[in-house]
Amino acid sequence: MADPTRPLPNLRDLDTQAFWQATKDKRLTYQQCADCGTVVFYPRRHCTGCFGSNLAWKESAGKGTVYTYSIVRQSYHPFFRSMAPYAVAWIDLDEGPRLVSNVVGVEDPASVRIGMRVKVRWEEHEALCVPLFEPA
Amino acid sequence: MASQTRDAAIVGIHEFPSRDVEGALSPLQIKAECAARALEDAGLELRDVDAIYDAGEGGGMAGLNIAEYFGLKPKVIDTTGVGGSSYEFHAAHAKRDLAAGRARVALLTYGSTAHSNAQAIGVGGRGGGGHPADNMDSFAGMTLVANYAMVAQRHMFDYGTTSEQLAEISVATRYHAMRNPEAVKAMEDLEFLDIRETTVADVVGSRMIADPLHLLECCMISDGGGAVVIASADVARDCAKPPVWLLGAGEATGYPENGGDITTSAAAQSGPTAFGEAGVRPDEIDIAMIYDSFSITVLTILEDLGFCAKGEGGAWVSGGRLRFDRPGDGPALNTDGGGLSSNHPGMRGIFLLIEAARQLRGESCSQVEGAQLAVAHGNGGMLGSRHCAGTVILGRD
Repeated sequence: MADPTRPLPNLRDLDTQAFWQATKDKRLTYQQCADCGTVVFYPRRHCTGCFGSNLAWKESAGKGTVYTYSIVRQSYHPFFRSMAPYAVAWIDLDEGPRLVSNVVGVEDPASVRIGMRVKVRWEEHEALCVPLFEPA
Repeated sequence: MASQTRDAAIVGIHEFPSRDVEGALSPLQIKAECAARALEDAGLELRDVDAIYDAGEGGGMAGLNIAEYFGLKPKVIDTTGVGGSSYEFHAAHAKRDLAAGRARVALLTYGSTAHSNAQAIGVGGRGGGGHPADNMDSFAGMTLVANYAMVAQRHMFDYGTTSEQLAEISVATRYHAMRNPEAVKAMEDLEFLDIRETTVADVVGSRMIADPLHLLECCMISDGGGAVVIASADVARDCAKPPVWLLGAGEATGYPENGGDITTSAAAQSGPTAFGEAGVRPDEIDIAMIYDSFSITVLTILEDLGFCAKGEGGAWVSGGRLRFDRPGDGPALNTDGGGLSSNHPGMRGIFLLIEAARQLRGESCSQVEGAQLAVAHGNGGMLGSRHCAGTVILGRD
């Protein structure tokens, strides 16, 4: 049997497809309302601050801070079972968006800490790249 | 006291006794059996029911599906489906509908075969699916429990909360479960390895599932179901059992926000609404039925409901304060044994109402003498991520 593979996002989802298309070029993007300034993430067609539709796409420098994390030691998904233990985290990007990812590039996931500075590390796939994070 | 209304009361309850139906019953069959027993408990009949509340776990077209299956043509149909908190929402809506005179007898039912279906809920499953937000995180292997673990991790960071403090919640619920024969049978049927009262050391010594949450801080995965009958004041006065009044209710949503505080749940919004309507304070509550999917769920919600200040929950739950036999210390927590040690088929909100009613009738296995007031708080979805909060305050005559 082939090695289990990471489940990838659906590129046809109408709200999030522009975000995922940009990852192909290793660009980490988010939206900001041109009218009220609200940072919108995950991506949508409307502003969650003023309900307007004047959203601009911005690019993050890919640097941020671990807001919180957990080390997953048990998963029923074949890929993640093969990865365990691994760190999942909410990461606050410096530009404002908070996103879920894995903290990688650490010898032991137990060394991940809240407040740790991290930067994006792209994992390449055929149609897109996945934004993982490693210590900055 | 504020203008407290007593216009709707729980008059009938039933909890399905088995947690393992071995695939021999469907969720709909469990719902129907529970409905029949709860109506019997109330001294009412199926034809008395004119309002139906359903979370849709029996299949699509929730309100139609269940009405036809039961053989009912209700006047009020409410299909609010917000996970484990659905039943607190249903109770709130039933109170509103009965108070407005739109119906007289409301029926809430729940049935699940999560255990028979080998559904992953407590320790390794994922949950969710199909929402744009899910498309942003499915690559990262976030398990259901990890959502809660991330709340616990941040709570520890912000407030110095410890695993030993969180373990107090598991210890208290197991203490109650061991007094509940159905809970003990549940743990036997689900092949728990060690069925006994636990200590803080047992909990923190159990296997880590998603740091910082240990196995004994995670709910079980059972089959099960239940039913609750709620009646208007005029009907309630003539029912077989004493009425358990719905004194107040609150509803709220919560979800991840950029820069938001993950340690505060939607209970901080639903709680004040419910307590305000009921005209009571948290320190007057005898029984706290709080959704215990995981230890951290209870700690967060106790703080958010105002039993103690935000961040002080760890110290507050310590020293066995939540046990039923420590009246005067604070409310007794999940006196049926909770989702941690009695019954968690996926959406346990209905059991919170059922055990609260048992306590206020004097029928609990871990009865608090003279219990007058209870709170039932359901958390649906996932704490730390998208979740709903339903708070109901209950009282007896």
